[in-house]
Amino acid sequence: MDRSTPPLNSLFQELILEHYKRPRNKGELPDPDVSIHMKNPTCGDEVHLQMHVKDGVIANAMFVGEGCSISQASISMMTQLVKGKPVDEALGLAAQFTRMMHGDADAARDKRMGDLRSLAGVAKFPVRVKCALLGWNALEEGVGKTG
Amino acid sequence: MNTVAPLIDTAAIRSEFPILATSTEDGRPLIYLDNAATSQKPRAVIDAIRHYYEHDNANVHRGLYDLSRRATEAYEGARDRIARFIGAAFADEVIWVRGATEGINLVAHSWGGANLKRGDEIVLSVLEHHSNIVPWQLIAERTGAVVRFVDIDEQGRIRLDELRAVLASGHARIVAIGHVSNAIGTIHPVQEIARLAHEAGALLVVDGAQGAPHLKIDVQALGCDFYALSGHKMCGPMGIGALWGRRELLDAMPPYMGGGEMIDYVGTDGSTFKTSPHRFEAGTPNVGGAIGLAAAADYLDGIGHDALWSHEQELTRYGLEVLGGTDGITIFGPHDAAERTAVFSFALEGVHPHDVATIVDVEGVAVRAGHHCCQPLMRRLGVPATTRASCYLYNTTTEIDALARALERARAVFR
Repeated sequence: MDRSTPPLNSLFQELILEHYKRPRNKGELPDPDVSIHMKNPTCGDEVHLQMHVKDGVIANAMFVGEGCSISQASISMMTQLVKGKPVDEALGLAAQFTRMMHGDADAARDKRMGDLRSLAGVAKFPVRVKCALLGWNALEEGVGKTG
Repeated sequence: MNTVAPLIDTAAIRSEFPILATSTEDGRPLIYLDNAATSQKPRAVIDAIRHYYEHDNANVHRGLYDLSRRATEAYEGARDRIARFIGAAFADEVIWVRGATEGINLVAHSWGGANLKRGDEIVLSVLEHHSNIVPWQLIAERTGAVVRFVDIDEQGRIRLDELRAVLASGHARIVAIGHVSNAIGTIHPVQEIARLAHEAGALLVVDGAQGAPHLKIDVQALGCDFYALSGHKMCGPMGIGALWGRRELLDAMPPYMGGGEMIDYVGTDGSTFKTSPHRFEAGTPNVGGAIGLAAAADYLDGIGHDALWSHEQELTRYGLEVLGGTDGITIFGPHDAAERTAVFSFALEGVHPHDVATIVDVEGVAVRAGHHCCQPLMRRLGVPATTRASCYLYNTTTEIDALARALERARAVFR
């Protein structure tokens, strides 16, 4: 295994920086069915995920948050991806994203992951994986609470 | 930048630290700028620990055989050495602990548990490390005492006017402050704070984790009542530190932990205890650690505190100028080098501290990003986290230049 430091451009891809600077679905969602606050106490990254869930489908998802480019871009992309999807499918995507963060090449090629594939490089920076997973952990805990 | 003739030979010093000759996995030289987290160790310290385990290892204060006698002598000799290092009047005022955190917990638990009562006040500054906040909150909860925080000014210096106002309540029993801020490098005016605390009838506890590595410590001249330090931040090993306390205070304090080594008599109906320092040292102590810490004290005294201070002040002035002059950087803490150590805690516009640290790491520079165990301070500064580069005696202006270049790179990535 190559133990040398991976190049920066494998981590900070244009798409990630673009979501970081112009996050999608950022703001308060009125009357949310699901409202989850997640914080990484070691680094201070925070996300607050709010969703409307109707008949097992995520009708809307928005977030507010503060943190590094990886955590904020990941949740921005996630809200785009899961909006309109059944809860079960969203949870499947969460599992697939987690596999991608653990270096699974098949997961990183999965077209269903959309923009999130740009985060595949995070797997080479183990200390940053928890940043990428923060929003997804909020999703998993949030829909777990509705079911 | 004018260069001042260095009072210490950095190249010679670097050659005494084996880890500084190693390189990163992709072959870059190690640029270690996380000394506020832990310092590297000179060969003299590593050798002292090795020598102890190869030649003198036995349990202390109990064996009647020669080896145990030698281990005991080395262990108590190390206590004398640390007492001298910090200017203590008596060696029995030095208690071995795991580090400054345990030292502060010991004072809070033992002195605080015996003396604090409902309505008493414990006065801290918002600059404090969590290890000088949480032990006080825990004892306050148990005793009904109240924890009060003194604010800092716009340069991260404790506001003495506010300290006076808080002390005017007459309820303060303890003032606990850091000697030097781990997060932004501010050096507190400890002598002045000691005078104010004593005038108000309070004791002064100093968290010296960041003081002892950089400043000449004289606990009697500082005028404090307790001083806690960590070995690993001052070229010594991890897992050892010292708490100094005034003899008359220690003599009146109940034990912190119970166990072997700290007792005088144990009966089924109760026990009596040794005097300080052994009363506070239950269980087999970290003898190798104590010996390693004494070797670190020898090492730092050998360099000389004036030389150490001059070198670090040069790094401080250089860092403030070069990093402070980098586009988009705001450095927190005092503007005047004389009021601070070479700890550069900063915000880089448009780039989150974790992203800064990752990019700088790829460039081969080790810095820290986060809240630095100072969440109240981060809230006070209005930032979620900072990036922190912290220097020590072996760091050079060339390394600060490398950091400045890496920060330009970070700005470019996020432009």
